Amino acid sequence: MGMISLVTFIPIFGLLIVLLIPKQNEKAIKWFSAIVAFIPFLIATYMWTQFNYSLSGINNEMQFQFVEHAKWIPSLHIEYFVGLDGLSFPMFWLTTLLSFLAIVASFGINKSVKGYFALFLLLETGMLGVFVALDFFLFYVFWEVMLLPMYFLIGIWGGPRREYAAIKFFLYTLLGSVLMLVVMLALYFNVKDPVTGQHTFNMLHMMNQSNHSGWLLGLDVRYWLYILLFIGFAIKVPVFPFHTWLPDAHVEAPTAISVILAGILLKMGTYGMLRISYPIFPDIAVKTANWLAILGVINILYGAFVAMAQKDLKKLVAYSSVSHMGFVLLGMAAMTDASIHGAIFQMFSHGMITAMLFLIVGVIYDRAHHRQIDGFGGLAVSMPIYAGVAALAFFAAMGLPGMTGFIAEASVFIGSFGVYRTLTILAALGIVITASYVLWTVQRVFLGKLNPKYEHIAEINGRELFTLVPLGILVIFFGIYPMPVLHLMRSSLIHLIALMH
Amino acid sequence: MDNLSSISYFIPELFLSAAILVLLIIDLLLKKEQKIWTGILSAAALIISVFFIFRQYQLPVTDIFYGMLVADSMAVLIKLIAAISSTVIILFSLPYVQEKSEYYILILIATLGMFLMAAVNDILMIIISMELVGLMSYVLTGFTKRNPKSDEASLKYILYAATSTGVMAFGFSYLYGMTGQTNLIKIQQALMTNPPNQAAFFIAIVLILAGLGYKISMVPFHFWLPDVYEGAPTPITAFLSVGPKAAGLAVMIRFLITVVAHPMGASVNAFTQNLQIHIPMLIAVLAVATMTFGNTVALRQTNIKRLMAYSSIAHAGYMIMAMVVFNAQGFHAILFYLVIYMIMNFGAFWVIISMTDKLGSDEISAFKGLGYRSPYAAVSLAIFLFSLTGLPPLAGFIGKVYLFASVIKGGWYILAVLGVLNSVISLYYYANVVRVMFLETAPVQEAVPTTFYDKLMVTLLLAPTLLFGVYWSPVLKLTSISFNIFH
Repeated sequence: MGMISLVTFIPIFGLLIVLLIPKQNEKAIKWFSAIVAFIPFLIATYMWTQFNYSLSGINNEMQFQFVEHAKWIPSLHIEYFVGLDGLSFPMFWLTTLLSFLAIVASFGINKSVKGYFALFLLLETGMLGVFVALDFFLFYVFWEVMLLPMYFLIGIWGGPRREYAAIKFFLYTLLGSVLMLVVMLALYFNVKDPVTGQHTFNMLHMMNQSNHSGWLLGLDVRYWLYILLFIGFAIKVPVFPFHTWLPDAHVEAPTAISVILAGILLKMGTYGMLRISYPIFPDIAVKTANWLAILGVINILYGAFVAMAQKDLKKLVAYSSVSHMGFVLLGMAAMTDASIHGAIFQMFSHGMITAMLFLIVGVIYDRAHHRQIDGFGGLAVSMPIYAGVAALAFFAAMGLPGMTGFIAEASVFIGSFGVYRTLTILAALGIVITASYVLWTVQRVFLGKLNPKYEHIAEINGRELFTLVPLGILVIFFGIYPMPVLHLMRSSLIHLIALMH
Repeated sequence: MDNLSSISYFIPELFLSAAILVLLIIDLLLKKEQKIWTGILSAAALIISVFFIFRQYQLPVTDIFYGMLVADSMAVLIKLIAAISSTVIILFSLPYVQEKSEYYILILIATLGMFLMAAVNDILMIIISMELVGLMSYVLTGFTKRNPKSDEASLKYILYAATSTGVMAFGFSYLYGMTGQTNLIKIQQALMTNPPNQAAFFIAIVLILAGLGYKISMVPFHFWLPDVYEGAPTPITAFLSVGPKAAGLAVMIRFLITVVAHPMGASVNAFTQNLQIHIPMLIAVLAVATMTFGNTVALRQTNIKRLMAYSSIAHAGYMIMAMVVFNAQGFHAILFYLVIYMIMNFGAFWVIISMTDKLGSDEISAFKGLGYRSPYAAVSLAIFLFSLTGLPPLAGFIGKVYLFASVIKGGWYILAVLGVLNSVISLYYYANVVRVMFLETAPVQEAVPTTFYDKLMVTLLLAPTLLFGVYWSPVLKLTSISFNIFH
């Protein structure tokens, strides 16, 4: 068993053991789950040290790292084919980190503890699997495996409108993925493995246009397939107008699940586009890039404006995610070196920043039992440490220089400006709106006169700091010195761009 | 093949007939409290017949009894499904039906009818075998004599079935009039050498589809089904949803590839129509209507048995969908799906049977908070329902992949998209049951008592649902040798 399988399936083994721990022994379940989630992070970090920065991946199996390739269902040519490259590794590593932190952040759960942690571990395997799978069928299975635990985690442990939010999330994402299923099967019958001459689900073979048998040559069908695939991924991102599930799911989900939703699940949409849509349909991706850029800018502006109007702190953070994912879309659409680096770095950076923001909202919600922005005031007086960490996260979201968000957004702008001048200027307006809602929120919640109701509110505790501080450090460290991450993805992204043109 | 030499191809049926007669006599000798042995022996007889059926895979493909029946591998697979599903139904019923043991013998006779349906090759045999299954089903549906719902269901069933069979027989008379033959293969030859009037032929096909469609609950011939499913004793509901439906699909496939189409060339990989009259398009429309109707009406159900009734209509729609491609891949996919559907549908039904009995109601609201009162049963039911939805990594997903793959390969993109969108609709009502079980809290908290037998049956059905979701080569092997049809 290779390292990727080890990381991906350790949570499943942990799940089986969690199921054996007696229900009453809640502490053991929590600590055991945390340990189980920490091991993949350690292994993933070790893999980072072993990562060969010069290999590009994308469409060449020899260029992938930690590859495992085995037959699964021979008659249908489905393979267990996993590997990592510069596109997937940052997300893979981030998933292991956020899963661990989210499990620690879930220690406060006290309803059906066993079920919660078991489902969480199942979710982690699904997420990791999505980022490592290179066989479309395997990718699809992992993609769907995430849905079930997510449905229950929102539906059982969520807020007051949890049932509605859970089923809405489930239906939306299933709608996206069944469309993907149609595309997957159509591609399967169109693509032949050059060695065996059989149909294949191998994504890398699908990327090589000479393996396409011409059965799909009619350009119309390929356009439709690209659009179906795009809808599938766009729902996950979520791209306007497919975003309506997001505020509901985020607001109702428990804190740790919001962290995972915003930190990892949203990125799967853009990851899927870059991993599957772009290399398999490069011609159509280039032709439709303008539309993607427009959708990206709509996301940025619409998300930011709606965030500004929110009264609920968590909803504000949710809409800020819509806005920030717009930068990823814009960077992807411009398809220049700088913009695509910015896009992937934004995925990585936003994963950490938004995770921090949701954790911060969770801290205050656990104490005050509400999230009304106007219901606080002057919290910096009674909770100085908390206010400090929160300010850091909010400034990072704003794109303040010295933090990762700045690097990501700046390089998206630099890369896109030459391609989409007007759109980039409009997107830059988004930064101003972001700054206004962030500063306004910080002012209303932390500054001003202390709301006497919260005079004796408890300061942030050690466990909560334990989940926030590592992310804060990483946000600053990679904000000042982003090279480790940028190096990680450089060869892959340059290769991807070359493939597109 | 003449009658005498056909007998060696007819061993499972002969064995089952003998078992029925012997069990009838044994049943007379048993005391009232020993009657359950009739059930146990019936199950044993079916299991033995499964072994006889398995051995038939080695026999050469031929027609038997002067062309009345055929012995080919599709017949073998359908017989296997029929025998196994009847065995499972008997096992389901053992805790509940312990005195009126004629129940088990009726199931055996219906199984014999399904064996014949699996192998029909003559329009007279189609009517006879379908009626044999039908007659037993009416009696079984009305088996709880004092229950007015059950009586109503039985009466509705008889009236509806009589009408559809009549319409079908009328269609057959057209077919006979046009070709002068009753044997399906000979009809095929006659149609090709001497093509009849297209309009008359089309009318005949539509009339016959009405009869076949009633058996597999194809819209618009489905009206009997929800009431029958709700009124029948729950194990019989489960019985009707799998065995007779599989046999009905087999008859329909046989009808489509003989009367409607013929093999292209010497192999049976692809078929072309005998007369070019847009039958695939008609089937596509009926399939979409069936699945969409089943799924949308299921959304509003509050009774779990009615929900399963509409869900079974939807699943029939998925299977009919794969018929449009008229090739071996499509029919393989249907056979594969039948095997998977049998397992997951029975799983869901067993939890429903065992739980409705203990909860005293078959309303979905009675399942409230079941996830905390009986976790194993509730988790299993959730898995079966999600498998019926078609979510990976469960067996139902793989079944659907094969169905959609065959449709997409045939170039029916829009049909495939409509099919997958239907899966999304179905998620809503399946997840609704799960929501009631897990997301709502029960008014009473105490655990629902479950017996070892309950858990054993669930586990036996749960294991393949999970296993075939990640490793389904064994099922694939079975179904891929099962479309070596007589032609």
